[in-house]
Amino acid sequence: MAFDKASLPKALIFGAISAVLYTLMFVYSGELIELAHLTRQGEHLWFIVPILIAFVFSYVHGTFTGAFWDTLGLKPAQKYNKKKK
Amino acid sequence: MDIISFIDVTFTNALLLFLVGIVGGMVSGFIGSGGAFVLTPAMMTLGVPGIVAVASNICHKFPKALVGAIKRNKYGHVDIKLGIVMGIFAEFGMLYGKTVMTNIKNVYGDVGTNLYVSFIFVVVLGIVGTFVLRDARRMFKAGDTGQEFVVTKLAKWVQSINIPGTMMHFDSLKARVSVLFIVPLGFATGLLASTIAVGGFIGVPAMIYVLGAPAMMASATELVIAFVMGFGGTIFYAWDGVVDVRLAMIILLGSLFGIQLGAVGTTYVKDYTVKLVMGVIMVTVLFSRFFYIPGYLSQLNLIETMAPETLKTLKMLGDATLFLALALGALIIVSALIKGMAMHKKQHEELAALDGYED
Repeated sequence: MAFDKASLPKALIFGAISAVLYTLMFVYSGELIELAHLTRQGEHLWFIVPILIAFVFSYVHGTFTGAFWDTLGLKPAQKYNKKKK
Repeated sequence: MDIISFIDVTFTNALLLFLVGIVGGMVSGFIGSGGAFVLTPAMMTLGVPGIVAVASNICHKFPKALVGAIKRNKYGHVDIKLGIVMGIFAEFGMLYGKTVMTNIKNVYGDVGTNLYVSFIFVVVLGIVGTFVLRDARRMFKAGDTGQEFVVTKLAKWVQSINIPGTMMHFDSLKARVSVLFIVPLGFATGLLASTIAVGGFIGVPAMIYVLGAPAMMASATELVIAFVMGFGGTIFYAWDGVVDVRLAMIILLGSLFGIQLGAVGTTYVKDYTVKLVMGVIMVTVLFSRFFYIPGYLSQLNLIETMAPETLKTLKMLGDATLFLALALGALIIVSALIKGMAMHKKQHEELAALDGYED
């Protein structure tokens, strides 16, 4: 398991965006609860909000977690490539 | 009056869901599903209403499955076509399962649905879990630890049946199979998903033993099925406004760490390890039912009424067994990953030495 510097910038950038997204989610927690309430009251089109949030978070946080493990050296098994002489 | 209420998310609640998310994600990344069954009871323990817990669980499942499927597709494990076809029929199974649950609830109340869920748990996990575990043990004992797998007689027969107009080629099977065989398998996967939250306990063994897919590909393809089902389910629940997206995203925060780790883990292990993890989890989950069932029978006055304290203790023991099942699965995955990586490194060093190449 070797530290991989190449994946570090990606991990840092997407980690930061992910942190911002999660912070925003908690800051606007009240609004999200209100939107769900409105959906239950009959304004069904708000159903799209949790779905969009799920897609955006999965892309950003998924990219971050992938780069995070890459940085720590947890990469998939590779086939051995014989050195050409 | 709005009878649905969303809980206040405290730091402790969030931390608990985050940690369960990591472990659950790891198991899902490895065996295709199986991480979700503890989340619904975990959320309900925190005071989340049942319907919100189920809805939020499904809302975290589809993005998790999507990320896992993309990752494992890079390793060549995913059969997208089979996943989508199974997923579509699973969607129907899920909708039917919901109707069954609602009907039972209307006639027998919550205790009736609890007993029905327990019955399905015992039958499905008892039969399929024991079978999967026995198969993994047989492969291990026979020293059959290679990536090659044996197509079962049943799968060979299924692949040999030609029903004109219904045949489709699937890469994972390296064969053409009639869609008519996939319909009941997908349907049963969805039915189980709507009953015990883990359709993969039918979907993965069905793809291995009935259709003839390698365990490695079946577990990865299950992620596509889980995505299709989860996406449909989320639309269904979000339309009714019962998805608490905050809870779903907190679980996702942990589970995306876990699912990537589980997916990487599959590249270091053999086919039988996937079966071993799946079998161990299924059989352990099965034992959790023994703690729940006396309580349901007592509530229905079928056995002597039990003290509330005893019921509470039994339920806690049942929930703890569910967590134990996940923890055992995660432990096997982590140890297989560490061993696999060490062996992989050693093999590369040996090959490099033979090659006269210093790393």
